[in-house]
Amino acid sequence: MKIILIILSVLGLALTVIPSVLVFVQDISLQTHQNIMVFGMLLWFGTSPFWMKEQKL
Amino acid sequence: MQKSILERLDTRLDAIDEYEREPVPDSKRKGWKGFLGMYAGEHTAGTEFVIGPLFVAHGVAAYDLIWGLIVGNILAVLSWAFLCAPVAVKTKLTLYWQMKKICGDKLALIYNIVNALMFCFLAGSMIAVSATAVGLPFGIAMPSLGDWLPTSLGWILTVFLVGAVITVVAILGYDYVARFANIAFPWMILVFIAAALAVLPQLGVTSISDFWTVAQEKIWTGIPAEGQSKFTFWHVMFFAWFANMAMHIGMADMSILRFAEKWQHGFSSATGMFFGHFIAWMASGILTAAAAGAIAPGIIAYNSAGIAGAICVVIAGWTTANPTIYRAGLAFQSVTPDWKRWKVTLFTGLVTSIAACFPALVMKLLDFVALYGLVLMPMGAVIFLDVMVFKKMNLQSNFAEASGSDFNWAAGLTWFITLILCVFINFYMGIEIFFLGLPGWFIAVLLYIGLSIFYQRRQEAAVQSVAG
Repeated sequence: MKIILIILSVLGLALTVIPSVLVFVQDISLQTHQNIMVFGMLLWFGTSPFWMKEQKL
Repeated sequence: MQKSILERLDTRLDAIDEYEREPVPDSKRKGWKGFLGMYAGEHTAGTEFVIGPLFVAHGVAAYDLIWGLIVGNILAVLSWAFLCAPVAVKTKLTLYWQMKKICGDKLALIYNIVNALMFCFLAGSMIAVSATAVGLPFGIAMPSLGDWLPTSLGWILTVFLVGAVITVVAILGYDYVARFANIAFPWMILVFIAAALAVLPQLGVTSISDFWTVAQEKIWTGIPAEGQSKFTFWHVMFFAWFANMAMHIGMADMSILRFAEKWQHGFSSATGMFFGHFIAWMASGILTAAAAGAIAPGIIAYNSAGIAGAICVVIAGWTTANPTIYRAGLAFQSVTPDWKRWKVTLFTGLVTSIAACFPALVMKLLDFVALYGLVLMPMGAVIFLDVMVFKKMNLQSNFAEASGSDFNWAAGLTWFITLILCVFINFYMGIEIFFLGLPGWFIAVLLYIGLSIFYQRRQEAAVQSVAG
């Protein structure tokens, strides 16, 4: 379960940054990049607290 | 009899022990992970969305910006590692309780009130930055560069909403703050990078080779905006070094680093400096250039990264305001030791939210940051000398505690005279506030050593004459 959560979190980060590269190389529009970033944000904050909280602070 | 909800809440909140009034026990020390995320989150903040654009407005040239940030940030990390962390690990106390031992209750009281108010104003600027994004979907008119006073009722309500949420998290304690910063940081820094990358084509950058030319001609042009002073390499370097002067040279981060297992954990501040004060400042400069010079953080982030960008501004302000309110709460608590910590933090949050209503805190952020570091710096020099150097010079450490004094005049005069001399240097020698921290620290060091020798020898003579 934990490994799935980590994969989803990493996917969330990837969806945050990769679309901007595609905008830079002019493969997608700025609006599409902004929409994908929202999805990436939801994935990150929806999954990362469940595995990051196990770390010793 | 069954306890009321308020009584149970009071008991539960009071049970969150943060060791404000005693050395941190070894069992509660934290490893690298406790600081890497904390520093990265704290310095990848809403205010970065303001500082980057203000550098652009002040006409920093591209070369000056990059080298100024590299050198200044390295000096800041070294200040944390070699000045603040060794003191924090040795004493395991907060700045405020160490102050009482060195300076006595009355001087510590004056210092703590000044310190707490400065932290409130700083956290207030962060809340205001978050509010510029929260107010966006409601169409609330945002303050502009020339606004110093609250601009509307909607603005005030937005500020208080953001302030309330941040205060509740601060009340829940340091672990909650560190955990939230740990979670938010990786996403936030990627939003900064992604937002900047996505707007580069608008500025004419279509390949990596175009960047340097565009950076020099369209972003950091070296030409200040109308009415703004010109910033050079030295301004950038000293601002990067002293932006957190109160935290490292001023020793405020003793409150955080007292939890460190070893002094080397002071180097963990590098995450904050190079992700936050390098990448984020450059990224926000790019965003403001793409937004035709707009400064409001919520707007420039929304223009480039949409809803995720606006939420990033809110969270970035939140993760910085949290530890700042926590520190301010610690300072107020030493002034009001009978108050419970959560009540003090609640009061601190209220003061901070009131301050945040005034946009001047954001629009004059560079000057305010330089001022608050400068005001608190002399006491940092006092604490460093007292804890790390005095025994080697055969001088009495913790003089107020040892002599039963409630006002250490050597420390008090060091603080006041240093600040007076800095004002003199500023007014009569024309040296800008951004540069005063360096001569000020050496002035404070010389004054505290000289005054301590004078007062301690006088005390010894008085004791001997009574004994004789």
